[in-house]
Amino acid sequence: MTLWITIICMGLITYGLRLSLIGLLGRFEVPPLVSRGLRFVPPAVLSAIILPELVQPTGALNLSLGNLRLMAGVLAIVVAWRTRNVLLTVGAGMAGLWLLQSLVK
Amino acid sequence: MAELTVGPGLTESQEAGRLFLYNRRVSSPRSEFLAGARAEIPILFGAAPFGLIYGVLASSAGLPPAPAMAMSSVVFAGSAQFIGAGLIGAGAPGPVVVLTTLIVNLRHMLYSASLAPYLRRLPPAWKAVLAYLLTDEAFAVVIVNYESPTELENKHWYFLGAGLALWTTWQVASAVGIFLGGQVPASWSLDFTLALTFIGLVVPAVRDRPALLAALSAGLTAVLAGGLPFKLGLFLAATVGIVVGMVAEAWWPAKIKGDGRRTTASQDKGAAL
Repeated sequence: MTLWITIICMGLITYGLRLSLIGLLGRFEVPPLVSRGLRFVPPAVLSAIILPELVQPTGALNLSLGNLRLMAGVLAIVVAWRTRNVLLTVGAGMAGLWLLQSLVK
Repeated sequence: MAELTVGPGLTESQEAGRLFLYNRRVSSPRSEFLAGARAEIPILFGAAPFGLIYGVLASSAGLPPAPAMAMSSVVFAGSAQFIGAGLIGAGAPGPVVVLTTLIVNLRHMLYSASLAPYLRRLPPAWKAVLAYLLTDEAFAVVIVNYESPTELENKHWYFLGAGLALWTTWQVASAVGIFLGGQVPASWSLDFTLALTFIGLVVPAVRDRPALLAALSAGLTAVLAGGLPFKLGLFLAATVGIVVGMVAEAWWPAKIKGDGRRTTASQDKGAAL
């Protein structure tokens, strides 16, 4: 029973955070300072998710050529920059990673 | 519109006319819904293995199938579910699990703030449903659509399409993980597709120096603060990135670009609102 209560509270907290400003914002104007900051949310949050995945794949910092995820990630960044195409980026990154894995083995 | 910079070879009025036509294009709810679901497809390749791994982890942590499955629809947040299932399995008390969920999911407040200006004219029921579907994976796709300079009118259908595509995939993947157990070989490295998808989304979105500095400083902070518990490092990194971006923008105000690219995201947003 406590397990179910815990899960429901986890759900309510998560939903509350997601609804917070969407629910409130219809009621007042966004201050200009805030709206200038908001455009940096996507690059900041997504980069903060991506970079540790590339340079710390196992938890420890690894900037060597032996870090295959970093190598494949750099390839993906170049492909994303040149093509602006998400599927090509994912395809190139995974192909790069598998190729490197098979070479290293 | 006065702020919009003008590409080479176009007078200001030609540019305004072109933009006006562009902005007038309205898609139907159905086509927006399908476009949203389609835009989500690359992310599904990353989310499906992630959901599968969650299911495997939850059952190996000792969660019975029903609560493990319920978590995927009641909480519907990958990293919080991973950590929550782990903590429950380790016997952590309920309040600790709930507090951890709050901290791990703080970033959703940033997403909520970021999308709120676009959603504010929607009826409350729409806001309630879209807030439920607001995950990392939906946000990444939906914000790109909102920032593109097309008509705002039916973009909530795009959000719904992207959100439901992810929701369905997540439920199926967790169920498969829970009921089939851990048979996905780790050597496939399928979890890496999530990071690759985010690369595909963020790189084209970095269109000027302030955005680049925001991305780099946030990434660097996340790496340095990786030791902080409960993904607090991610929240801190996002905050640093946003502040750096704003300072950089005050330093180098948006101006005409040599390569003729028209505008920055903030100007697009100004035009869309």
